[in-house]
Amino acid sequence: MTETEPVAFPQDRTCPYHPPTGYEPLRAARPLSRIALFDGRPAWLVTGHDTARALLADPRLSTDRTRDGFPAPTARFAAIKNRRTALLGVDDPEHRVQRRMMVPSFTLRRATELRPRIQRIVDDRIDAMIAQGPPAELVSAFALPVPSTVICALLGVPYTDHDFFEGQSRRLLRGPAAADVMDARDQLEEYFDELIDRKQKQPEPGDGVLDELVHRQLRDGELTREELIALAIILLVAGHETTANMISLGTYTLLQHPDRLAELRADPALIPNAVEELMRMLSIADGLLRMALEDIEVAGTTIRAGEGVVFSTSVVNRDEDVYADPDSLDWHRPARHHIAFGFGIHQCLGQNLARAELEIALRTLFDRLPTLRLAAPADEIPFKPGDTIQGMLELPVTW
Amino acid sequence: MHIDIDKEACIGAGQCALAAPGVFTQDDDGFSALLPGREDGDGDPMVREAARACPVAAITVSETVS
Repeated sequence: MTETEPVAFPQDRTCPYHPPTGYEPLRAARPLSRIALFDGRPAWLVTGHDTARALLADPRLSTDRTRDGFPAPTARFAAIKNRRTALLGVDDPEHRVQRRMMVPSFTLRRATELRPRIQRIVDDRIDAMIAQGPPAELVSAFALPVPSTVICALLGVPYTDHDFFEGQSRRLLRGPAAADVMDARDQLEEYFDELIDRKQKQPEPGDGVLDELVHRQLRDGELTREELIALAIILLVAGHETTANMISLGTYTLLQHPDRLAELRADPALIPNAVEELMRMLSIADGLLRMALEDIEVAGTTIRAGEGVVFSTSVVNRDEDVYADPDSLDWHRPARHHIAFGFGIHQCLGQNLARAELEIALRTLFDRLPTLRLAAPADEIPFKPGDTIQGMLELPVTW
Repeated sequence: MHIDIDKEACIGAGQCALAAPGVFTQDDDGFSALLPGREDGDGDPMVREAARACPVAAITVSETVS
């Protein structure tokens, strides 16, 4: 690694499905670089695949954002870093207790059992698009409501409240100001406090994950009310925002690669691997955050205790030592070992549900609307800035 | 082939059952388990993939001397 000026991180993408062109020096300097965060604070950026897998599984890296010196990628993040964040915001052993409580509801088997329900939700949305269009705005008509309906059903959150929680999630992830983030967090806490009240008063628990947590873990003192609220917020937000972005950006990417799309239509057996390849290629959560608790020797360098360590999933998932011709979509490559869902103990809890939703949503969308195409010039369609989860802001389509 | 699952380390990500569904499953608590009758991996080449996919290195595969 050569001594160079730290690269600013995060940066905006120039094409919504490729890493920012400003990350080229980082890609060349794998597996580790110095970066400058929004406030000028330096941090390490992990960019090599093997190094990322080793470090994400290393207990000497903490994910507890309330620690002094924990890296903040945005002013929004800095504003709420001291608020309780379940799962992703806590280290073992506390994390382990929360994770083990949640795992039975998010197994591969559970995701498979939910497939017929997901299929109905997807079909209903496409029915509505056909009834009202063409054209349609795919983010609001399909990409967001599908995962939002699914996570509501799974958690036991009334979908009738979706305008409220989708709006607050949007403020939580995109602000614009730090005050918006704090207020959105307050409002979500208040919402779940009331929802938990209502669930406690029900004589018989409903069949959602939150119902079970209220009527068992909360009642038995395994969870405090504050912990349950923090868990509910992360499950709801992570459960719909991420998948919604994958659906919108995945659709855009497929429409921009007509040969790959045709190949997928001709052989639907490719779809599960295509979803992995899209996860790798799009790497929508780009910038996983940790802090070193001890000095760590890695790639001929020492990461010092107290230093921030950020993982660029978009760069790691295009490590050419692992993926040949990494900037191209290839449904036949072994894409499985991407780190788009993270790695180590915090690897995405909802990954099997996400895979099921993406497979069903993308397959059904192109099956039922075979002439689906963009309704605006591709380079004029707005997408999200680099400091949040990547995806399309709007996706005007017709068929 | 001998497959060892460290259930203390397992986080229930389900990557093993996804990679090698003919050998691995998740039990009722969500933890990795071997399917009955497939404890030896059944010659499945995906077993090593499953071990590599595990985010917490909870799966160890060793060749048994027969």
